[in-house]
Amino acid sequence: MSRWVSLAAFLVAAGFLIFGALALRPFGQPKRAEMDQYFTLYSQPEVAANNAVTAIVFDYRGYDTLGEATVLFTAVTGVALILRRWKP
Amino acid sequence: MTVVVRTVARVLFPVALAFGGYVIMHGHLTPGGGFQGGAVAASALALVLVAFSPARLKGKKGLFSALESLGGVAFVVLGFLGLGLTFFANVLAGAGGLFGQPVPAGPNPGELNTAGTLPLMNWAVGFKVLAGLGAVVLLFALFGGEDDR
Amino acid sequence: MIGNLPFVACMVLIALGMWTLLFKRNLVKLVIGVGLIESGVNLFLVALGYVREGVPPIYTYAPAGAPMVLPTPQALTLTSIVIGLATTALMLAFAVVIYRHKGTLDARKIRDLRG
Repeated sequence: MSRWVSLAAFLVAAGFLIFGALALRPFGQPKRAEMDQYFTLYSQPEVAANNAVTAIVFDYRGYDTLGEATVLFTAVTGVALILRRWKP
Repeated sequence: MTVVVRTVARVLFPVALAFGGYVIMHGHLTPGGGFQGGAVAASALALVLVAFSPARLKGKKGLFSALESLGGVAFVVLGFLGLGLTFFANVLAGAGGLFGQPVPAGPNPGELNTAGTLPLMNWAVGFKVLAGLGAVVLLFALFGGEDDR
Repeated sequence: MIGNLPFVACMVLIALGMWTLLFKRNLVKLVIGVGLIESGVNLFLVALGYVREGVPPIYTYAPAGAPMVLPTPQALTLTSIVIGLATTALMLAFAVVIYRHKGTLDARKIRDLRG
């Protein structure tokens, strides 16, 4: 019984995903790209970096990278806490 | 592991570490950066763990911990460098000193001495990712196998 | 419509991960399903930023005059990949601990929270 409910839910969700992907705007023509054009235009004069992605990751959105480093540190701490030698 | 695997690991370990360092060092010029280069270098550590016994690296946990803390602290300190303007402001770019050479506009061959604090942050994050992934892989290899109670 | 096949491929990947989460019982396979969903989402984000005939947003030896792919989705996908790696490591560590305590990886036999 619950398998059939799961199957129906899966079919509905997968159908939504695939038909939604077919109804998106055409591949290769992003619409609102002002911010990205600013980044590609000004990453050389403002940050002096050739690589716009690195300019975004470490300069324009440095806070994101700080949070990401925090998440990585927390995960390593959690793994070290869980996987220690057990003394029952 | 067998002799073949060990010999290939001995040859490949410095090559993989050097390639990771190359990817980190040229993060502001070519595809790549701190995260990718750190992951490449950590894969070299995983190769050593698979080819040899993980007990060989058991005493290195303190080194990994220190390296990761060092990377995180260096990253935050580099962010605080720009505190006169904003947090994470790139004060070294175009200033003429370390990594301060201006770049010509448009496509260019690429100069290593550019981009201000970005290469330093790449190194900090690279060491952080290398130490973090190495610590995770080492912990799984040491304690994740059979029940060692 | 047929040009949207890259998006459809991402959605098929996400649907495969959902299938794994719904119908598999091994905890390691569930972790693999979560990884499949992550890969689909990352691929979808990068595909959203593609510009037709675009080159990577890197000026080192870039071909002159070609349009550049949008850089922001790529930068945020980098963040997403690292966070996905962290969650995968945590989930595998939990699977190891559950196997040690219960002696099984079958999600149906671990029913301490059932109530």
